[in-house]
Amino acid sequence: MARLAVNPTRMELTNLKKRIKTARRGHKLLKDKRDELMKQFLEIVRENQKLRLKVEESLMRAHASFTVASAVMSPELLEEALLYPKQSVTLDMDFKNIMSVNVPRYQFITKSNDPSEIYPYGFAMTSGELDDALYALSDTLMDMLKLAEIEKSAQLLAQEIEKTRRRVNALEYVMIPQLAETIKYITMKLDENERGNTTRLMKVKDMMLKQAHGY
Amino acid sequence: MYKIAVIGDRESVLGFKALGLDVQFVDDVAAAKNVLHRLAKEDYAVIYLTEQLAEEMQSDIARYKDNTVPAVILFPGKSGSLGLGMQGVHQSVERAVGADILAKD
Repeated sequence: MARLAVNPTRMELTNLKKRIKTARRGHKLLKDKRDELMKQFLEIVRENQKLRLKVEESLMRAHASFTVASAVMSPELLEEALLYPKQSVTLDMDFKNIMSVNVPRYQFITKSNDPSEIYPYGFAMTSGELDDALYALSDTLMDMLKLAEIEKSAQLLAQEIEKTRRRVNALEYVMIPQLAETIKYITMKLDENERGNTTRLMKVKDMMLKQAHGY
Repeated sequence: MYKIAVIGDRESVLGFKALGLDVQFVDDVAAAKNVLHRLAKEDYAVIYLTEQLAEEMQSDIARYKDNTVPAVILFPGKSGSLGLGMQGVHQSVERAVGADILAKD
């Protein structure tokens, strides 16, 4: 591991020691964050998988009754029946904080609370299959919204985990070894200087004694 | 106040119209791309998109993956599931964990 390009001085040593302390602390914190995020993520993603299977299945059922309905009715009548909806749906959104990741929470707001509002047509000209199809769809809609919420959360958490994992690895395998290596180098260098100094002093003392006493 | 949009071919999404969602009929992928980007700029929080269209515009969808709003969610259209939605789930697992640990089931 390459060491940092710094001067081997006592001041640098103090600075580096401070930095490695911070890095170790940060590493520990980020590692904890990663573990907790992972725990939350796995929970969410399992639910995501389950819910998606359910939604896809019931959507296919709705599609099936819709196909039957469009076979029974003429396409013009079908469009006429559906194109002008009575019900309207909007969304209220707030955020939930999972380990400093903001994930959305959705809340349905329907214009009217009457469940029969999803049939925007008279029953005289339409087939019963269409009612079935719409009923199935409106049933699925709640799950679809939940799916949107969970799937988005999973995506956002995945992104955050990826980011955190990179940081943890960068600290663990690059930053901290580099700092440790540099600290070791400076300590060695300073010690070596110290020893050099001592020998020099001993030598000088010997020389001075020789001069003074002549032996 | 946010809105919900559904993008897809006429037969796949007509039913959602009756439920009161904001349905956009598109016939080809180019139109779907345009509509998606336009809706993403407006206050749509959730955009549902058929897998049949999504197949040809993966990179456009990926653009919104890391944004909180909107959530682009795939659903199977009239002609059945292509498994793209599920693939997306597996992709985010792979991204987070490094390996697809859900793959066994």
